[in-house]
Amino acid sequence: MNAPLPQDTAATAPLAFTGKARVALNDPRLRANFRRAMDGLMSKRAAQFADADEWRTLRARGAEARARALAKLPDLLERLERRCAENAITVHWAETTGQANAIVLDLLTAAGAKTVIKGKSMVSEEMHLNAHLAAHGITAIESDLGEYIIQLAGEAPSHIVMPCIHKNKAEIAALFAEHIPGQPYTENVDDLTGAARNALRGAFAAADAGISGVNFAVAETGTLVLIENEGNGRLSTTLPPLHIAVTGIEKVLEFLDDVPPLLSLLPRSATGQPITTYVNMISGPRRPGEKDGPQAVHLVLLDNGRSRVYDDPQLRDTLRCIRCAACLNHCPVYTRVGGHSYSFTYPGPIGKILSPQLEGLDCAGDQPHASSLCGACAEVCPVEIPIPDLLVRLRGEAISPTSRAVKGGGSARSLGDRLGRRLSTAILGQPRLYGLISRLAGRIGDRLPSWLPGLNRWTRVRSKPAFARRSLHALARERGYADE
Amino acid sequence: MNDTARAAILARLRAAPRSPAPAYPRPGTPAWAPPVHGSERLARFTALLEAAHAEVYQASATDWPARLAELLEQKAVARLLYAPTTPAGRQLAQAWGEATDGRPRLIAYDRPVEAMKETLVSGVEAALTGTLGGIAHTGSLVLWPTPDEPRLMSLLPPLHIALVEETAIADSLSALIASQHWAKAMPTNALLISGPSKTADIEQTLAYGVHGPKALIVLVIRP
Repeated sequence: MNAPLPQDTAATAPLAFTGKARVALNDPRLRANFRRAMDGLMSKRAAQFADADEWRTLRARGAEARARALAKLPDLLERLERRCAENAITVHWAETTGQANAIVLDLLTAAGAKTVIKGKSMVSEEMHLNAHLAAHGITAIESDLGEYIIQLAGEAPSHIVMPCIHKNKAEIAALFAEHIPGQPYTENVDDLTGAARNALRGAFAAADAGISGVNFAVAETGTLVLIENEGNGRLSTTLPPLHIAVTGIEKVLEFLDDVPPLLSLLPRSATGQPITTYVNMISGPRRPGEKDGPQAVHLVLLDNGRSRVYDDPQLRDTLRCIRCAACLNHCPVYTRVGGHSYSFTYPGPIGKILSPQLEGLDCAGDQPHASSLCGACAEVCPVEIPIPDLLVRLRGEAISPTSRAVKGGGSARSLGDRLGRRLSTAILGQPRLYGLISRLAGRIGDRLPSWLPGLNRWTRVRSKPAFARRSLHALARERGYADE
Repeated sequence: MNDTARAAILARLRAAPRSPAPAYPRPGTPAWAPPVHGSERLARFTALLEAAHAEVYQASATDWPARLAELLEQKAVARLLYAPTTPAGRQLAQAWGEATDGRPRLIAYDRPVEAMKETLVSGVEAALTGTLGGIAHTGSLVLWPTPDEPRLMSLLPPLHIALVEETAIADSLSALIASQHWAKAMPTNALLISGPSKTADIEQTLAYGVHGPKALIVLVIRP
C-alpha cells in the first residue's frame, strides 16, 4: 500500500468524525451553505421522479444492469480490455493507488508532459494524484469550476458531485481576487465564471495531457462514457495530445444498451437535471484523417481494495454505486456536518460504507457510526444499494469479524468490550443471578450517578432513563405466566 | 508490474463466490422500456432544449442559410467556423458566396488542430455543425464528429449552431442505439449535447459558457 497523505493519517485517531462533526455543527456559515444547497437538490430530484411508476421501473433496470455487470465482473473487465485494445485504447491495471500513480507518472514522463489539465475524478482524489504529480514536477490544473475553486483554496472536495458546495459566493469571490491576477473582488456569478473561463482557456490550449475519470466503461464496445455540464471534461479529453482516464474496476457495464437507463437515473438523482449538458462517449484516440482528438488514450483500472470487497456477496453491493450523491443530499447527518467531517475521499452514506472497506475498519471504523440508520439513503439510491444494512454489517465486523473481505475486521474489539460481553453472557446464562441483579437494578438504579462508566455513553447527550421498579419477569409471573 | 497486477486482480475476482447474474426483467419488478413520444417528439425536443437555455428555430432544406445569416447578424458574429467538405458546409459556402452583405467571414476547419489552435481557441465567434439526429426524451443533439467535421467545432467557439433534420429526431437514446446499431461500430467520439455549457458550482446559481459555448442555436430542418 502507498503511504496515506497527512490528511488521512489524522483520520485514524479515534473519534475523528465525532470531533470534526462537533466543529461543523457549531459553524453557522457552513451549515447555512449546506442547508440551502441540499434543500434545493432534494426538491429538484423529487420533481424529476414525480412519477412513482417510472421511478420504480427505471430503478429496477438500473440496479439490474449494475448487479449483472458485477456478477460477470472478471469476464467483463477482460472483454473491456480486449475491445479497448481494438479501439487503440491502452489498458493498465493497478492494485494500489501507488501503482496507479506510478502508471500515470510514467505515461506523462514518456510523453514529456509538464502540465496536465484535469476533468473531475473522484478516483484521482482517492489516489491523491495531484500531490504525487506535483512531487515529480508536473502541474495538474483542475478544470471543473468547483474543483478549480477548492484547488485554489487548497482543500479537498466536500461532495462527490459538487466539490465546493461548502463555499458561498463571498468566499469564492475572495479566493478569485487573491489568486487570479487582475481579478477584482466581485460576487457577480457570471463575472466569476467568466474569470475562471479566462484563467483556464490558456491552460487547456497549453496542456501536454488531459486526465479524466470515467462514469461508465462499456465492455461491449470499449467505450468510456463521461458526463458533465461544463465542457471542461470534453476539453481535457479532446484538446491535449494525450488523454489518461482513471477509474475503479467496478465501473464496467456489459452492454451499450445499459447506458440509457443509468444515464437517466444519474443526473436526475444527482442534480435534478433530465440529462447533463454533455454526454461524451470516447471509443479511441484520433484516427488517421481526423483533425482533432488526442493522439493516444490510456485507461488505468484501479483496484485499491475493490476486489477484496467483491469477495463478500453482501458487501459487493457497495460496488454498484454510480456516484450520483443522492444519498449525500438526503442524509440528515451529511446535510448538517458537510463532507469534510468524514476525513475520507468519499463522504456521506456511500462513503460510510466505502471508506472503511477501502481503507480498513482500523482506520475508518468510525464512519459506519456516523449514521442514524434512518434509511433515507437507501430510499433514494437509484441502484438499490442497501446502505443501512451494510452500515450495520460493518459495525458488527468491527467487533467480531466474519469475512476476509473486511480489512481491519475486529479492530474495534477492546478489553472492555470483551469483559463486558463475558460478564453479560455469564449473567444471562444463570437465571438466579440475572434475577438478583435485575431486582437490585430496580431498587438502586435511579440512584446511580449518570457519570458511571457504562451509563455515561448514553447520558452524555440524553437524560438518564428511569429504572422499572419491577422486572418484566416479575410482572409476567403475577399475571400467571409460567417462568421458564 | 502491470501484468502482475492484472493477474492478481482477476484471480481475486475469480476466486470470489459467484452470485448468479440477475435475469432481466427480474421477477416481481416491472420491466422498463425506453420512452415513446410519437407525434409529440418535436414539441418535447424543442421545449427541453429551450428549458436548457438553447434557442430552437425551424427552417427548410433550402432557406436555412438565409435564416442563419439573419441570426448571426443579430448576434454580431464576424467569423464563422465551418466544415467545408460536408454537404451543409458546401451549401453554406455556396449561399454565402452569392451574397455581398455583411455576412460573417467563413473560416474552414480544414487542417489538424495543431495547425489552427489559435483560430479555434480565440479566432472565431461561432461554429456550424450538422448532427446525426436528436433525442426527444431529453432534448439532446447527437453528434458523431468525423474527419470532415471534427470534435472541437461544437466545443471551442462561444456560439454553437447545429442543424437537425426533423425526421432524424428519435424518441430516446435507447431507440437510436438499437435502430442504428451503435454497438457494432462506435465512432472515436460520440456526443450528446443538451444545451450550452453551464455550471451551478457557485451557490447553485446557473451560469452559462464557463468552458464550452455560451450559447447554442438549433436549426430544425423541416422535411
